[in-house]
Amino acid sequence: MSHNLPADLRYTKSHEWVRQNPDGTVTIGITDHAQHALGDIVFAETPEVGRELAAGDACAVVESVKAASDVYAPVAGRVVAGNGALGDAPEKINTDPYGDGWLWQLAPADAAALGGLLDAGGYEKVLAESAE
Amino acid sequence: MHASTGAPAAPREPTIFELSRPGRRAEAQMPPRPTSNAVPESLRRRRRPMLPEVSELQAVRHYTRLSQLNFSIDTHFYPLGSCTMKYNPRGCNQYAMLPEFLARHPLAPESQGQGFLACMYELQEMLKEVTGMRGVSLTPMAGAQGEFAGVAMIRAYHHARGDHARNEIIVPEAAHGTNPATATMCGMKVIEIPVNADGDCDIEALRKVVGPRTAGIMLTNPSTLGVFERGIAHLRALVHDAGGLLYYDGANLNAILGKVRPGDMGFDVIHMNLHKTFSTPHGGGGPGAGAVGVGERLLPYLPIPVVGRDGERYRYLDERDLPASIGRLSGFMGNAGVLLRAYIYMRMVGREGMQRIGEFATLNANYLLARFKQEGFDPAYPHRRATHEFILTMKHAARDLGTTAMDFAKRLLDFGYHAPTTYFPLLVPECLLIEPTETEAKEALDGFVEAMVAIRKEATEDPARLKGAPYTLPVRRLDDVRAAKNLDLTWKPLA
Repeated sequence: MSHNLPADLRYTKSHEWVRQNPDGTVTIGITDHAQHALGDIVFAETPEVGRELAAGDACAVVESVKAASDVYAPVAGRVVAGNGALGDAPEKINTDPYGDGWLWQLAPADAAALGGLLDAGGYEKVLAESAE
Repeated sequence: MHASTGAPAAPREPTIFELSRPGRRAEAQMPPRPTSNAVPESLRRRRRPMLPEVSELQAVRHYTRLSQLNFSIDTHFYPLGSCTMKYNPRGCNQYAMLPEFLARHPLAPESQGQGFLACMYELQEMLKEVTGMRGVSLTPMAGAQGEFAGVAMIRAYHHARGDHARNEIIVPEAAHGTNPATATMCGMKVIEIPVNADGDCDIEALRKVVGPRTAGIMLTNPSTLGVFERGIAHLRALVHDAGGLLYYDGANLNAILGKVRPGDMGFDVIHMNLHKTFSTPHGGGGPGAGAVGVGERLLPYLPIPVVGRDGERYRYLDERDLPASIGRLSGFMGNAGVLLRAYIYMRMVGREGMQRIGEFATLNANYLLARFKQEGFDPAYPHRRATHEFILTMKHAARDLGTTAMDFAKRLLDFGYHAPTTYFPLLVPECLLIEPTETEAKEALDGFVEAMVAIRKEATEDPARLKGAPYTLPVRRLDDVRAAKNLDLTWKPLA
C-alpha cells in the first residue's frame, strides 16, 4: 500500500505529523493513514491555548463514526494556537490532513526534540510493520 | 441457504405521530380526568401537549409491530463482545416481580422490609464468596458508577494515610475505555501502558511508571483483547511494592466465574457488572448494577448503604456505622430490581452452576474461535486461547476486497444475527469482538460461522452486495456522519 507522506514533515509512531514553521513554532496534525483508519471524522477537540504539554500527553481528541481517539503531543511545549475551523468542519481532517486539517500549534520547549521524531521513511516502516 | 438473503425489506413502521388523527381516542388507556387543583395555576401548561391521537387497536398494533422489529436476545443470537448478552431466565423476572417486592416502599421501616433486606444481605455475602473480597456494597447503579466508587475508595485510602502525592492511575491500553474516564473523574492523572504483541500487559513498561505517585492500577482481566492476563503476580508485586492499590475491572467476570477469584489474586477492589454476569435484562443504556467488592484495606470506605445484620435483624448501615465511607451513590439501595434479579439468578444456578457458567462461556468462545480458524478467518491473537470472547480482524478483506468489518456486521443483520462489537478495541484494525456467552447451543454457533463464511464468499464475488447491506430491515445503511452531525431527535420541530 502506498502512503501519502510528505517528506518535509516529522512523524510519530502514534500517527501524528509535525511541521516546523519559520517562526520556531510547530504545527501538528494526524497523518493521512490515521484519518483513513478512523474514517469519517465528526468532531475534533484541540488543546487550550497556553497549556503546557509534556511529550506524550493526550491533549486532543478526534472522533469519527467508528471511534474517539486521543491525539498525543509529539514534543513538549506550550500551545500557541488551535484550529478553530475544525469546530464547524471536522471533515477537513479527512480531506486535507496535512493542510487545513491541522490540529494545533506548539512552541516547543526544546527545538532539538524534533530530531528524535521519525522521518517519512521511518514512519513508513512503522506502517509496514503494523500491516505485517 | 438462508431464506433471509433474498427476502424483501420489512416495511417501515410509521411513527405514532404519523398515525395520529385529531379526536381519536383510546378510552381504556386514558388516565382518569384530574380532579385536583393541587397544581398551582402558574405551573400549568398554556398549550395542550403534542400527543398522538390514535385508537386503542392502532396503539396495540403499532407497539406490537415495533417489538417484532427488535433484534434481541429473545429472538436472535447476540454475540456483542464485552456485553455478555446471555439469556435472562424468565424465573428470575417472575420472582423479582412478586407484589411484596414491587409494592415495597423504600422509605418503609426496615422492620417491614426484612425479606428484601435479607436478599440484599445474602447477595453481598455471595458476591464476597464469588470474588474473594472482604466486603461488598451494592449501591452503584451501573458499571461506570462502580468504577467511580472503586477509584474514589483508593483515593480515600491514600488521603486517610496522609499520602496526598498519589494522584496517578495506571491503565493498560487493553482496558475498558471507561477506566481512564473513571480515573479522570476522580481527579487522577491517567498513565497509559502498552500491551505486548501477545496481548499481555507490558511489565517492563509498568516497572518504569510505578512509584511514589502511583495511586493504583486499573486492570481489565480478561482484557478487552479476549485474552487472560498472564502477568498478574508480577504486576501485583510491582504495584503493591510501590505503595499502590490494584483495581479489578470485573466487567468480564463471566470468563472466570467459579474458577478463580480476584481477591485471591491480590486485588484490593473490584466492580462487577451484575447485569452482565448475573443475567439481568440490559442493553440500550440500562438498567445496570455495578456492585463493588473490597479487600481489608478499603473496607472502611465502602459506599453506603450496606446491609448489615444484628442477630436476626437486617438493617442499613449508614454514616454512623461507616464514618469513613466515600458516601451515598444512589437514593436508596441502588437499582433494587436489578439486584433482586441477580440474587435470584445466583440462588438458582448455585455454586456448581457458576462454575459451569465460567466453563461453558469460555468453551463456547473457544469452539467458535476454532471453527473460524478452520474456515480461514484471522484471529487477532492466533496463539492465545479465547476467554469468554475473542477478536477476529477483517483487515485482509478490507485491504484486498475493500469490504470492512462494518460491511460484514451490516450484512450479518440480513442473515438474522445481531452484529458483534465492531471497531473495539481500537488496538486491532478492522476488528469484530465476538462473545457467544454460555447460553447458546452448538447449532447457533455453527449457524453464525456459516453466515460469516457465506458473507465472505459474497465479499469475494460481489463486494458491492456487502456495501449496500442491510437489505431486509426497514432501515437500510445509515449515514453515520450525518447522524452524528445533524441530530434529529423529534418527529417534527417543536414550535
